[in-house]
Amino acid sequence: MKKRSILSLALAAALLVLPLAGCTESGSESGGSDGDTIKIGGLAPLTGDLSQYGVAVNNAVLMAVDDINKNGGVLGKQIEYLPEDEKGDVTEAINAYNKLVSEGVVAIVGDVTSAPSKAVAQKANDDGMPIITASGTDAEITLTGEYAYRACFIDPYQGMLMATYASKELGAKTAAILYDSGDSYSTGIADAFEETAKELGMTVTNKEGYAHSSTDFNAQLTKIKASNPDVLMLPVYYSDVVLILKQAKQQGLDCQFLGADGWDGVVPQLNGDDSINDLLAKSYFCSQYSASSDDPDLQAFLTTYKEKYGIDANMFAVLGYDAMHILADAIERAGSTDAEAIIQAMSETNYSGLTGTTTFDENRNPVREAVITTFEDGAYKVLETYQA
Amino acid sequence: MDFITQLLNGLGLGSIYALIALGYSMVYGIVQLINFAHGDIIMVGGYAIYVVLVMAGMPLWLAVLAPLVVCGLAGMLIERLAYQRLLTHNAERISLLITALGVSIFLQNLFMILFGSETKTMSPLFGSDSFALGGLSVTSATLINIVVSVVMMVMLQLLVNKTKIGKAMQATSEDAGAAKLMGINTKRIILLTFAVGSILAGVGAVLYINTYQQIRPTMGNLLGLKAFVAAVLGGIGSIPGAMLGGYLLGVLEQLTKAYITSEVTDAVVFAILIVVLLVRPAGLMGKNRKEKV
Amino acid sequence: MASRLKKKTGVFYLANALLTIVLFAVLLVLISGRTLNNYWSGVVVLVCINVILAVSLNLVTGILGQLVLGHAGFMLVGAYAAANFTRAVVENGSLSLYVALPIAMVIGGLVAAAFGIVIGIPALRLRGDYLAILTLGFGEIIRVMANAESLRPITNGAMGLSVETFSNRTDPGAMFAFAFVVMAAVIFISYTFGRSRHGRSVLSIREDEIAAESMGVNTVYYKLFAFVLAAFIAGVAGALYAHHIGMIDPSKFDFNRSVEILIMVVLGGMGSISGSVISATVLTILPEVLRGFADYRMLLYSVILICVMLFRPSGLLGRYEISLPGLADKLLHRKGKAAKTEEG
Repeated sequence: MKKRSILSLALAAALLVLPLAGCTESGSESGGSDGDTIKIGGLAPLTGDLSQYGVAVNNAVLMAVDDINKNGGVLGKQIEYLPEDEKGDVTEAINAYNKLVSEGVVAIVGDVTSAPSKAVAQKANDDGMPIITASGTDAEITLTGEYAYRACFIDPYQGMLMATYASKELGAKTAAILYDSGDSYSTGIADAFEETAKELGMTVTNKEGYAHSSTDFNAQLTKIKASNPDVLMLPVYYSDVVLILKQAKQQGLDCQFLGADGWDGVVPQLNGDDSINDLLAKSYFCSQYSASSDDPDLQAFLTTYKEKYGIDANMFAVLGYDAMHILADAIERAGSTDAEAIIQAMSETNYSGLTGTTTFDENRNPVREAVITTFEDGAYKVLETYQA
Repeated sequence: MDFITQLLNGLGLGSIYALIALGYSMVYGIVQLINFAHGDIIMVGGYAIYVVLVMAGMPLWLAVLAPLVVCGLAGMLIERLAYQRLLTHNAERISLLITALGVSIFLQNLFMILFGSETKTMSPLFGSDSFALGGLSVTSATLINIVVSVVMMVMLQLLVNKTKIGKAMQATSEDAGAAKLMGINTKRIILLTFAVGSILAGVGAVLYINTYQQIRPTMGNLLGLKAFVAAVLGGIGSIPGAMLGGYLLGVLEQLTKAYITSEVTDAVVFAILIVVLLVRPAGLMGKNRKEKV
Repeated sequence: MASRLKKKTGVFYLANALLTIVLFAVLLVLISGRTLNNYWSGVVVLVCINVILAVSLNLVTGILGQLVLGHAGFMLVGAYAAANFTRAVVENGSLSLYVALPIAMVIGGLVAAAFGIVIGIPALRLRGDYLAILTLGFGEIIRVMANAESLRPITNGAMGLSVETFSNRTDPGAMFAFAFVVMAAVIFISYTFGRSRHGRSVLSIREDEIAAESMGVNTVYYKLFAFVLAAFIAGVAGALYAHHIGMIDPSKFDFNRSVEILIMVVLGGMGSISGSVISATVLTILPEVLRGFADYRMLLYSVILICVMLFRPSGLLGRYEISLPGLADKLLHRKGKAAKTEEG
């Protein structure tokens, strides 16, 4: 009994002390611009299932911060970047966000995936904290209020764009959709694609879903094959794309394939496997940037990234780099770290970065042309820039 | 024709479920533990193939052998480190269950640290030919899956029914205390059961990689859950039951996707499981143990 | 002897209530005055929510002795029901969130309880692992259906539903106040429940269902009662969670979430309410303390979990209860003794 009560006492004491220790630790709440640095927070899934995306964004943001600091920083001060891990979890994201606010950051780059981004954006608007997500594509993220911006396209736009492209440029009359019904990104694009396709007079023969992290798509593909559509829209991420295309090839599915920016990453996934090159040759997706462009800044970024981290930079990295630069640019133009001044400057952004020239519309989404990309011999091939 | 294609697709997928379900079933039969870490053993096997084949560039036969060895050893190691103490102390079964969940979290996070969280894609191990039989097209992977799973079940049945070790396994599962009194080293038998179950999961990993060619640290989650459902469906603790459950689940899943809904397939699958459990609480081929009064 | 015991229980309840009120007041002042920053006050709210969940599951798993693997499903149902209510009434301005949230919690609880009845009636015919599997199945069905396109008007599918929240700017203490009051009520209810006639009947089912039945305990009724009560509380917790985070999507309420809650109960000691409270608190704060370890924190968490199970399989407290005044009493007692010996 004695042992037990001592144990429980120790526990109780620890519990009481922990939060108090925490709050004194970060007692200085005011002024991220006091002293000689400007604190900017970062939110990303750095561990866990989604860390592949979060680490890419975080790596690129770190590179951007390095570049900015080497060139004299912002407002004559160095940027102090404080990344927090949220494990791809909404609850953790809110905790991490609150932690950053308590540490006195002036703005935040984050979050990476849609659900946490939306939750965090809501809090940021409530707190008056400027926030820019590099890759959160859910339309509602920036609709939460005037403090939330993003550096990427929104889901409905991509769905609408690809449906228009299929109808007007590929001459498709019938379309099928296969999407991840447990994923916000996939569902958002699938819905918009379906809506626009119908508006443009196309017939949507199948809209098939699958459970998140499924690996067997044979049943859906057999069904889709039977209705023989002109195009099959796959608004999913690259690893699923490769899996679906391999099974489509085995089933002998003969149509054109469409995708959105989640396809950026397909080529490294192939790992030299050329078995689906013929299917890829008749695939089209809208990319956020032109991977094969000879823009020196982009090429320099891709090379440095590869040198620094040993892997190829993907779309997440490119967007992360731009997001940090857009934010830094706005702070510089704002002339202060005051939140109101920063978002005023953000709304007037006209920044030319890796993804082209970015300006924001009234919903704080970037206005930019998409780059229609296809594949040739298992490598990306940029076709054209396209605006629906 | 489509129907038969869907049926074959289902059997191919079901074979993988069946092999994993066997491991669940054997372990449950002998220590009444729902071994939630079993799904992650497949993941371990998948990475073993990746390391041997892609990272070290060794020949195919080694890549097929490696997961069997690695999974078998992993299974024994887990039993020794995580479960044995609880089993010998006759701890409450829920403690065992939580330990299994802990092992599952541990394995997933360990492999995330070792290999990163991103999906790794490989080439099919045994080619990706499709055969056209009349109007049907069947992939080689589907055929291999079905054949291998049947062979494995026959071998397992022989092991359990015809060998001394198998009989000791049966005895331990029937009444561990009595088996001990009869001079059976139950500790060793339990360890062996884990090994056999894990080796079967290793075979499952080979088939899985050959069919889907992708691995990620969390791949065992859904796969394990489905295989577990299969084991329960067939009657947990029963070897033919686990096989039947596996095939049935695969076929039901594919047919649901094809003819009912592809959007909420899993809801339908679980609903079927619930109905089966309510009608036949011990599963399709399980023995209904009477409560002792 | 009996009267002394009775008097003691009265004092015990009073002391507990007083200490709870003091703890509440101190925390409320700290949070409202922003001495405890947003980060830690957010964590405190999460602690309250997790304590509610753990204590509710403890009713079924600890006191009734039935393994349940789908508790997150009830949380989901409660969260969505409550969120839809506040979205409707707060957006059109007919009620403020201060009034709407308590109503929403009751609605969330009732809807979850309704699900509890529907699931419980067939499920509780089974026992042991089969019951666990059945609840797992129901939990998964609820989660998968919440993603379904036909239910999007209510759930908004995988895209997630935005929920009304209190403004951190104007009232940082509001969410904490609600969460803490509910938590205190839930602890009180389940403590008295465990000692009531109903509770003892439920306990007898855990010890020996057949014996209980032959002694005239209506096992079906009491099993269902405990199960539905737990579902109700989980629904209330779901409602609190939704309004704390401000965004819910079905993937937040999956099998892993159910497991998380179960781990809290087992780690604290099955059947021990104070055990559930302590382990829910520790397991909510621990990941925050371990933030610095990044990659290794989940690994560490799993190792701790396995070790506790290996060396203390009945959980930290087993079936014992500790209480704040009890602790204080023991301390004073010991000090008193020490003083006496010194004197002597």
